[in-house]
Amino acid sequence: MLELSGINKTFNAGTIDEKVLFRDFDLSIDDGEFVAVIGSNGSGKTTMLNIISGSTDVDAGEVVVDGIVMNKMKDYKRAVKVGRVFQDPVRGTSPSMTIWENLSLADNKAKRFGLTFGLNRVRKDFYRSQLEILGMGLEDRLDTAAGALSGGQRQALALIMATLVRPDLLLLDEHTAALDPKAADIVMELTDRIVKDKGITSLMVTHNLRYAVEYGTRTIMMHDGGIVIDAKGEEKASKTIDDYLKVFNTISIETGN
Amino acid sequence: MIESLIIGILEIGFIYGIMAMGVYITYTILDFPDLSVDGTFPLGIAVTFVMINNSINPWLALIAAFAAGCIAGVFTGIFNVKLKIRNLLCGILTMTALYSVNYGIVGKASDFLGMDSVTIFSQTAPLFGSGHIAMYSKLIVVVFIALFAKFALDWYMRTKSGFLLRSVGDNEGLVITLAKNPGTVKIIGLAISNGLVALSGSVYCQYSRAFNVGGGTGTVVMGLAAVIIGATVFKKIKFMKVTTGVLLGMILYRACISIALKLGLPSQNTNMAITVLFIAALMLNEFVLKKNKPGVNKNA
Repeated sequence: MLELSGINKTFNAGTIDEKVLFRDFDLSIDDGEFVAVIGSNGSGKTTMLNIISGSTDVDAGEVVVDGIVMNKMKDYKRAVKVGRVFQDPVRGTSPSMTIWENLSLADNKAKRFGLTFGLNRVRKDFYRSQLEILGMGLEDRLDTAAGALSGGQRQALALIMATLVRPDLLLLDEHTAALDPKAADIVMELTDRIVKDKGITSLMVTHNLRYAVEYGTRTIMMHDGGIVIDAKGEEKASKTIDDYLKVFNTISIETGN
Repeated sequence: MIESLIIGILEIGFIYGIMAMGVYITYTILDFPDLSVDGTFPLGIAVTFVMINNSINPWLALIAAFAAGCIAGVFTGIFNVKLKIRNLLCGILTMTALYSVNYGIVGKASDFLGMDSVTIFSQTAPLFGSGHIAMYSKLIVVVFIALFAKFALDWYMRTKSGFLLRSVGDNEGLVITLAKNPGTVKIIGLAISNGLVALSGSVYCQYSRAFNVGGGTGTVVMGLAAVIIGATVFKKIKFMKVTTGVLLGMILYRACISIALKLGLPSQNTNMAITVLFIAALMLNEFVLKKNKPGVNKNA
């Protein structure tokens, strides 16, 4: 489904701040995999997502999603195949528009936004049923502006919106990091359910090692633009939080931070 | 006496109100402080002036002015989206260029329409006869056009295209995730906005029967004032559309100016009055009405 090959990326090339992040970086993700990505700050997790979604260009290498080379495509064109939920709940919704309006927008993704009626009345009951699953009472607040919701509610809404039209690949960029522990758990469980129900190939960056252990079909640990752990199947099932922490600590001692 | 003063205020208020609805699109919805307005308002005047001078149907002049404004708005949008020029500067550039364009269209700095030229007002006046209602003939035509523009805009904002326009000012990243180009959406918004502004200029031209190349100065400030009054003072009234608030805001604003002029303010000081009233509206917004709402801080 996703093929990153020979990725090179250097920031601030030619200046004293030059930082070589990726050198011949390869990653291959199969159809239906749910990959959790962990790693310290600056290890390249978010940059990797940015490279896939098109918000960052690569110096060399190929980004292939579903057999299509994406390098030359603009971010909004890649969005036809790639969905994304950000760390900041504010980024996933339109705050001045109501929940219903937001869902209608998301439901029309990649289609024509012409002069027909914007609110999707036919699917109203379906939206209600999707919101009901959250158990947040949002199903009765369809006419509330998204900006009036709490962070957890907004992120749950953003997640539903990002998956309403099933993307081929879903990028989750620390999407629970800005939420309180309870809201984070709710959003994480919702993520797991949606990803499984719809069979969406997903790439989730997280700092929460527990999520990386408990959820997903494969766990990748990144460091300094490379992959230091890549566990799936039984290997993933046998790994505990301590196993990942050990590697974290070793790396920290080596690099002195 | 009072009646004719009020009619005059309402006429001018509704005419400029159309312009203010255009400013509402850029300033409030797109979050784009668009100064093109000071050039597209006289652009509408210039286009209309020449057409009417050439005895072309005055209603057609309204449409032509709207189209000319749309094109000017597209330029502002392209400066910003494609050439990556800062939004404030884009408007200033378009406004500056339009000064030459407007001069070029009319061929001189100022002029009056001939006495026998046909405008939407002269054409419709016979319909109202010669009784007391004749006093209201211009106002009725102006209200008709302003309400038409208002309902068209309200309708557009409820369409899918309108939804996209509303979301781009709110959250550009969301439009990208919807697999749409936010730049294109912005350009469309600027086009509609400046189209409305030029339409307003067209009505103003037929109302005042004059062209003045420098006549656009201060337009955007008036528009912004009406938007701010409309979005704050009239927001308290439930079930009232923002567009209605903007129209009423402009009428209130024009009333203040007209009263100031009536009380003896020399007309060359009108722009000063416009500015002072604008600041007053902002301060009212900031310190009186939003006192208990932290985090809302968006002055022009």
